[in-house]
Amino acid sequence: MSDGLLIIGSSQAGVALATSLRALGYDEPVTLLGDENHRPYQRPALSKEWLQGEITNESLMFRTQDYWDEHDIQVVRNERIVRIDKRDNGSGVAHSMSGTDFGFDRLALAVGARPRRLLLEGVDLPGVLYLRNADDALELKARVPDVQDVVVIGGGFIGIEAAASLHKMGRTVTLVEAAPRLVARAVGEQTSAYLLEHHRASGIDIVLDASVRRIVANGDRVGGVELGDGRVVPADLVLVGVGVIPNTELAESISLECDNGVRVDESALASDGVTVAVGDCANLPNPVPGAPEGDRVRFESVNNAIEQAKVAAYAIMGRREEYAGIPWFWSNQGAIKLQIAGLSTGHDRTLVREDPERGKHSVLYYRGDRIIAADCINHPLDFMAVRSALGKGQAIPFDAAGDPTVPLKSVTTDPADLVPAD
Amino acid sequence: MPQVTYTDHTGESRTVDATVGDSVMETAVRNGVPGIVAECGGSLSCATCHVYVDEADLASLPPMEEMEDEMLWGAADERRDNSRLSCQLKIAEGSDLHVTTPTTQV
Repeated sequence: MSDGLLIIGSSQAGVALATSLRALGYDEPVTLLGDENHRPYQRPALSKEWLQGEITNESLMFRTQDYWDEHDIQVVRNERIVRIDKRDNGSGVAHSMSGTDFGFDRLALAVGARPRRLLLEGVDLPGVLYLRNADDALELKARVPDVQDVVVIGGGFIGIEAAASLHKMGRTVTLVEAAPRLVARAVGEQTSAYLLEHHRASGIDIVLDASVRRIVANGDRVGGVELGDGRVVPADLVLVGVGVIPNTELAESISLECDNGVRVDESALASDGVTVAVGDCANLPNPVPGAPEGDRVRFESVNNAIEQAKVAAYAIMGRREEYAGIPWFWSNQGAIKLQIAGLSTGHDRTLVREDPERGKHSVLYYRGDRIIAADCINHPLDFMAVRSALGKGQAIPFDAAGDPTVPLKSVTTDPADLVPAD
Repeated sequence: MPQVTYTDHTGESRTVDATVGDSVMETAVRNGVPGIVAECGGSLSCATCHVYVDEADLASLPPMEEMEDEMLWGAADERRDNSRLSCQLKIAEGSDLHVTTPTTQV
């Protein structure tokens, strides 16, 4: 009997791979294996709607058990793979920590990433938390009723989202960021500045350019965070969100090339030509049209997990399909809905479209005359227009886009009209 | 138990038992109804859960907020008077809903 496909990792990318394969008519066995003791669930809401109690546990679940049964996808929980024996043809056996063996004809790695840990005095004190999975979120939520002063270390998406949620839940929140601006890796300076002003005005204390010297104890638990300048910010809860590290250990153990993630080609195939790697753990050729030759990226996004899982599913079916669509991201931060289309790296000029009365603020990024990305705050019309134009290869001329009262859609032109950039 | 009937653009229908308080999007995704992608999981960020609501059911639905309205202008398929984002449609006691999914969501 065929062992079929073993997908290690049952979060967004693993689930998307399993469901895409069934949608394509793949009829081999599929095992979707996760190391948490939960049914496959969605993560984005953990730092937002779920933390704030706006949605239930059930609404985080990807599919009903009936769906998995009907589609003959075996969902395995609470099993952690510690060793893989793989043959050259791609088949093999994965061994779990509990001693169970999972045979496979073909292997998919959807193993994600883990939080980067702080290496400081006091990080092991009770009350110092990370936020990546459901157990982290359950612990955080359980502690919130008993705490008043929260320090968030890290001004990336997770840090800001959690800070905004906790502030909305009535906590005193101080956010500490090492860089001179917020979300420096993902958005441009104008967007960082907007977010800073908004979150400060809403009552979150934000300290930029700040180093953390140590976590200070109060009795046997956390009591505060000592900054580089000697100031101690009181805290009965510290949340650390300082980025993630892709889980490449299993891939390395079976000699797959890794470099900031498992290196894969356009079809999500790893260096052995048969194993696929998808989602946060995969390092892939930059899929954006016009990206520099040889440029590679690792995305931490739902959109990428889904799109890359689709091309991986085609690859497993023996077909090569292009990674479709333009990368996009979203982040809900209290009253702010930030939507990002495209990748702004390599831009040489920007244009801001603003409607302060309605809280709308978009930054458009250009390389030469070509629009390459947009950060849109509370501005779905701009976001959708840019995402759509990028996807269709259309142009949004810089000069025509400057008037914020004119819808971007109305100034979008077809590729034939595009003046080539130098 | 209320039910939601999803008809795809070819006319094929599927009726699903729904839980009161869940959205039309959640009900579709959890049961694997094709035609609703819902990349953002219901946080009103992606416009990939666009549906056309049966005229008879329209009046029973909550009014559209500005954010949903703006997102719908960017939906992949044509926007019509009965267009809604299914993540914003909560299922109420005693009211069945009927929606048609568009040709494409992306």
